[in-house]
Amino acid sequence: MKLTRRELTAAALLTSALPAVPAWAQRGETVRIALIDPQSGLMGPVGINQLRSFQFFAEKFSGAGNPAGVRFEIEGFDNKLSASETLTAMQAAIGRGIRFISQGNSSGIAGAIIEAVNRHNSRNPGQEVVFLNHSAVDPDLTNSRCSFWHFRFDADTSMKMEALTTFIRGEPTIRRVFLINQNYAHGHQVARFAKEMLARKRPDIQIVGEDLHPLAQVRDFAPYVAKIMASGADSVITGNWGSDLTLLIRAANDAGYRGRFFTYYAGVTGTPTALGTASEGRVYQIAYNHYNMGGQMQTWMNEFRQRFNDDFFTGSIIHILNALGVAMQNARSTNAVRVAHAMSGLRFNSFSGPVEMRRADHQLQQPLFLTRWQRVDAQHPYSPENTGMTLALVRRFDAYVASTPTSCAMQRPAAPV
Amino acid sequence: MTATKYYQFRPINVGRWFIWSLFALVLLLAPLVFDSSIAISMMAQMGIAIIACLSFNMLLGQGGMLSFGHAVYAGLGTYVAMHALLLLGDAGLPVPAVALIPLVGGLAGLFFALLFGYVTTKKAGTAFAMITLGVGELIFIASMVFFIFFGGEAGVSADRVIGEPFWGISFGPLIEVYYLIAVYTFLCVALMFAYTRTPLGRIINAVRDNPERVEFIGYDPQTVRYLVFMIAGFFAGIAGGMAAVLFEIVTSEVVGPIRSGSYLLFAFLGGVTFFFGPIIGGILMVLAFVMFSEITKAWMLYLGLIFVFMVMYAPGGIAGLIMMNLRLAMFGRLGELWASYLGLGATALALLVSLGALIEMIYHLQLGTAMGDVVPFLGMSLNTLDLDVWFGAVFVALTSFGLFELCRRSFSQQWAAIQTDIEKEIKRRETA
Amino acid sequence: MEFFIISLLNGISFGLLLFMLSSGLTLIFSMMGVLNFAHASFYMVGAYMGFAVSQIVGFWAALLLVPLLVGLLGALFEKYSLRKVHKYGHVPELMVTFGLSYIILELVQLIWGRIAVEFRPPELLQGSAFTLLSQPDGSLGFAWGRAALEQCQPLGPAICSLFPATRAFIMGVALLMLVSLWLLITRTRVGLVIQAALKHPEMVEALGHNVPRVFMLVFGAGTGLAGLAGVMGGSTFVTEPAMALTLGAIVFVVVVVGGLGSLAGAFLASLLIGVMQTFAVAIDQSLGSMLLAMGVALSAEAQAHELMRFTLSKAAPLLPFLLLVLVLIFRPHGLLGNRDH
Repeated sequence: MKLTRRELTAAALLTSALPAVPAWAQRGETVRIALIDPQSGLMGPVGINQLRSFQFFAEKFSGAGNPAGVRFEIEGFDNKLSASETLTAMQAAIGRGIRFISQGNSSGIAGAIIEAVNRHNSRNPGQEVVFLNHSAVDPDLTNSRCSFWHFRFDADTSMKMEALTTFIRGEPTIRRVFLINQNYAHGHQVARFAKEMLARKRPDIQIVGEDLHPLAQVRDFAPYVAKIMASGADSVITGNWGSDLTLLIRAANDAGYRGRFFTYYAGVTGTPTALGTASEGRVYQIAYNHYNMGGQMQTWMNEFRQRFNDDFFTGSIIHILNALGVAMQNARSTNAVRVAHAMSGLRFNSFSGPVEMRRADHQLQQPLFLTRWQRVDAQHPYSPENTGMTLALVRRFDAYVASTPTSCAMQRPAAPV
Repeated sequence: MTATKYYQFRPINVGRWFIWSLFALVLLLAPLVFDSSIAISMMAQMGIAIIACLSFNMLLGQGGMLSFGHAVYAGLGTYVAMHALLLLGDAGLPVPAVALIPLVGGLAGLFFALLFGYVTTKKAGTAFAMITLGVGELIFIASMVFFIFFGGEAGVSADRVIGEPFWGISFGPLIEVYYLIAVYTFLCVALMFAYTRTPLGRIINAVRDNPERVEFIGYDPQTVRYLVFMIAGFFAGIAGGMAAVLFEIVTSEVVGPIRSGSYLLFAFLGGVTFFFGPIIGGILMVLAFVMFSEITKAWMLYLGLIFVFMVMYAPGGIAGLIMMNLRLAMFGRLGELWASYLGLGATALALLVSLGALIEMIYHLQLGTAMGDVVPFLGMSLNTLDLDVWFGAVFVALTSFGLFELCRRSFSQQWAAIQTDIEKEIKRRETA
Repeated sequence: MEFFIISLLNGISFGLLLFMLSSGLTLIFSMMGVLNFAHASFYMVGAYMGFAVSQIVGFWAALLLVPLLVGLLGALFEKYSLRKVHKYGHVPELMVTFGLSYIILELVQLIWGRIAVEFRPPELLQGSAFTLLSQPDGSLGFAWGRAALEQCQPLGPAICSLFPATRAFIMGVALLMLVSLWLLITRTRVGLVIQAALKHPEMVEALGHNVPRVFMLVFGAGTGLAGLAGVMGGSTFVTEPAMALTLGAIVFVVVVVGGLGSLAGAFLASLLIGVMQTFAVAIDQSLGSMLLAMGVALSAEAQAHELMRFTLSKAAPLLPFLLLVLVLIFRPHGLLGNRDH
């Protein structure tokens, strides 16, 4: 919000004149967030990990832990990875008075939530809800399907690929790249942006093969690996996650493939165990956080590990709670509409430094990190899933490097008085 | 089973009018009693589930055809209806057109049943089941591969509010959609019941019981099955079309094997030997998926166990149990069993509670140690680390199992004795 | 060339694993007319038990013990549950096994959790069985085990393709199992009784054999085979709760395509499907490219249409079910089927 100089000085005088604990309207209020993600089935372990992460950090950030002085309460809903269950869960959450919804496993479901939230907010003024997207990375959600009520705290596919291709640009040993992805929106986007950005930055790189396999169906990746090897690729770029990633890499190791894997999700629950020592030095991950960030983040990760015997990797949760705290303080309210307006364009500090919730499309602009799978050492002590290995930092990309343009034509509702 | 005789109330017409009016009244007034939005959403879903399970039972209970892929027809109905809704929105037709969307779904279901039914109904019994499984998997995988029609992982979505409100109705608010679904539910249930009274509805029963004999009286079992398959597909498609209007989004799980399995599970649980069994099944399905899964993490396990025990000991499902006891009541013998039922009920309850406590504690250990060591169970707090709790639960389980067995044996004897008496009485009345 | 050989071997090894699974199913079906819906669930139980037991007594002991344990579980299920439902007909039997698959899935998740567990093959099998070296001059070299690193790219000239030892082991065990099964059924007394009970159970019972016990043994044997397949499949691929669902459907396809009740048919069908799926992945030809190759002129936008760009490799998971539907239309008895159900 733009303030004139007079208003600024008045505000400064006012705030300095007030005692240390001003009676803001929102202080002490409880903010309930509904986390709608799978807690059973294929992605159950990831969803449960994220619920625990949310609850863990809600505790840390409640009360004095956030500038608005609010208390965060997280309620988990199991959507069983189904769009209709998600909508029912949303109904239940809204019925209980919850106005903040978070989700992130599956961009398809995130898209469904965006549409449902748009419809609900237009049909039920006074009961608006805000959607805080923690991990759904389809770029369309902040481009063709962008919405004022949707805020994405993960870095989307294009941002990650932008950073990754910047790294590849500086690697002369990479000449022949194979793209293998899951045959759905996320996989398509990864492939599309990889081709686009590589063509732009390293036109000499040959895309020697491209494959789209069905999501979570393939048990035997040997045929795909045989294809990769026959093509002579020295690197593989893949957006695969879960069993699709673990089986792919394992099959590649079995078949003796010596090339490099550039992945998005090597560090997610289940994959580190499967990577093991055989993949040392050859698997990379591009993400907005990593296991060895040091400082407060490291303390939190160790504490999380001790308490849950599980690894914390969904850093966007910290972004969300930070953003909510600052936005609620700025808006002096926990009302969803006011908070949404306050968050749009918000600049705040989080674990990776200063970040910005871009006003144009509600995509968080943040630094990204490229890490490599290797043994633990003194500088990189954190070992996920007790494997004795870790993802060590190779390169950090500033937010402006990873930033990508947007085509979002956002329809903004009128700001409340 | 001779129990079907008791399905017709005497005198016939008054009973039938009464039941159907009651049904319509319940549909009409339910939202006034349960008026939270989640309750109305659930009731709308129940309407859809009822039609889907009833259409499934046209195949299983009435036709003896076990289908593992019934969700295909409901799901494809949803997809086609969704595309139709998109077209309607673009064409700028008036709002009442949305009321016809379920019919579009029904026609789509009919079309696909026509297409796949020919191959599917060539065989019966186990082979039929395998074919439906194969076709179901085929469509499910195709739905994840062909993006233009199926929309890929994001699915297909449409807005059900396609224009300006017509006489105040825009189908935006949930309650309006509920009433639309209620009307369709009533009509479809009535139609499906009427179908059971038609010659086709009777012949398919005959095909279920003795296909060879049917051939002798001049009907081709395969043609009969094919026709019934198409009709079942039509009603499944209507259920799918209603789902399209309610959820405004469709994703590939609607044609998946898990959905097909749920139709089977709950239709059977409700009772496949009676017409109203799947209605109970449909209601249970929505309750289980929406509420049960929030109460306990072990709900799938409970469901599987209940299903297996039902198949083994009560193959008529809940409807069968109700009707058997109703028959007893009509012969005035129900009262004698009250003591046995009490004993059975009490020991079964103790057994279930203790087993439930054990299962919940094990699940908690496996999944949720982070949330502390205490499991909330039926208002009690069970500390999973406390050995006393474990011993207590196991002890109660074992003793109540023993007592249950004793009660069950005496109950079986009593029951068998009463059944013989009733059979004699029926014979006597027939000859009298 | 080595791509073709390795792919063929991959396809055959996968097909043989499928055969191990489907042979048990076919056996049970031939004897009892019950199509065990939970067969893939026993496969999963075998994998998980293999994981648990191998941690106590090692892989090789587990390989012998686990099939027996799983077979015992199957036999118990048959005795206490399936037998009760037998009198109601085939459909309730199918439904009971369907319910069992749910229960097994939940119990497995309860005991071992919901993520994949790390079930690795033993040291002996962790390497590769042999290596094919594709030399730059076009010739094909062969080396047992893993070829020396100096010969392989990027250090050396040849492209090395490894064939994992686990897969070779699967092939070996499957063939051994097939041979011993055939010998058991055709050459031993027990096998004769089983064959007779297949055709005329009442007569066999009248002759004094305990036919229900024979059924229980057969069910146990079938599930034991599934358990064996589970130990090997679980250590080669991944051991996770979803493994039953994904493999289960394909196994039914194999059984139906091969002909319900025919062991040889199941063998043929599993090899066919294994090889077909493996090679389909390799073929990037789409409908559009085929039409172009045939000389059909396609406009630019027609070429970009989804249906034209649809490659065979994307269709790979569809193929088994497509095959099922085709076989059911043109040859409803299956490839080598002989029983009319």
